[in-house]
Amino acid sequence: MKPMLKYLLPLAGFLILVGFFAAGLRLDPREVPSPLIGKPTPAFRLPVLNEAGKTFSPEDMRGQVWLLNVWASWCGACREEHPLLMEMSRSGALPLVGLDYKDTDADGAGVLTQAGNPYKVVATDVDGRVGIDYGVYGVPETYVIDKAGIIRYKQIGPITEESLRDKIMPLVKGLQ
Amino acid sequence: MIKKIILVLLFLPLLAMAEAQPMGDDPAVEERLKALSTELRCLVCQNQTLADSSAPLAEDLRREIRELIAKGMSDKEITDYLVVRYGDFVRYRPPVKSQTLLLWVGPTILLLAGLGGLWWALRKRNALLPDENDNEEGEEA
Repeated sequence: MKPMLKYLLPLAGFLILVGFFAAGLRLDPREVPSPLIGKPTPAFRLPVLNEAGKTFSPEDMRGQVWLLNVWASWCGACREEHPLLMEMSRSGALPLVGLDYKDTDADGAGVLTQAGNPYKVVATDVDGRVGIDYGVYGVPETYVIDKAGIIRYKQIGPITEESLRDKIMPLVKGLQ
Repeated sequence: MIKKIILVLLFLPLLAMAEAQPMGDDPAVEERLKALSTELRCLVCQNQTLADSSAPLAEDLRREIRELIAKGMSDKEITDYLVVRYGDFVRYRPPVKSQTLLLWVGPTILLLAGLGGLWWALRKRNALLPDENDNEEGEEA
């Protein structure tokens, strides 16, 4: 029994390591848990795309459950999620607000004319300052915000059919 | 003549040095920015510090930090400002709290376990070896 243990112990150690690695490999290092979940939306007032003189602030959305989608014309992954956003907008499930991040108005507007505009309103964050307040580091990012203006969920990277079906929509239904 | 030309050539790099643009206007601010940004992670290229990264977000964050320094915020306040937005992950030195306890005490536990194992193995080996004292006494007898 004793010599057996001698061989089994390193094997057990090895298996524990493999277990840690297997779990570690499954984690996505890009998904940094946002400290903003459960906190009120950082306040801002930014000009609205395509509507000169108008501004948007999260305060305008009080009393509604809404999505804040951070996107840009230069962002390739944003095009991946765009059809889903269009579908969501058509279904009228909840209002979508866009934040055009570090983009020029001409480029941003160009994309929306070409691919369609799923947003109720698009605020323009030209120098990315509001992005910093929201902890944006990988566009696209999407925030689910409740009626009281509290951030409930943050999706980093493009929305997928799975994340929409399993996370975002059930959460939105619950909040509404 | 040649000597003079060589001398001039030798001092040419100094001209270039003078021409190099400083990162900001205030060297003291830049010094603090440099020290701070080596402690902070660029979230776009996660294995780089803010000081090393040339990602657009890193540039924005350096601009932000510069402004915060100008506002008179302390290093701790600036770090906290970023932690509120990006989480503890933005710091290269994770804070000690219940979630990170294993990270901090893990190596010590492993070291103690290793020392314990060593002590145990050595004791076992000594028990297996014939006792030298006994042998010597045996020879003398």
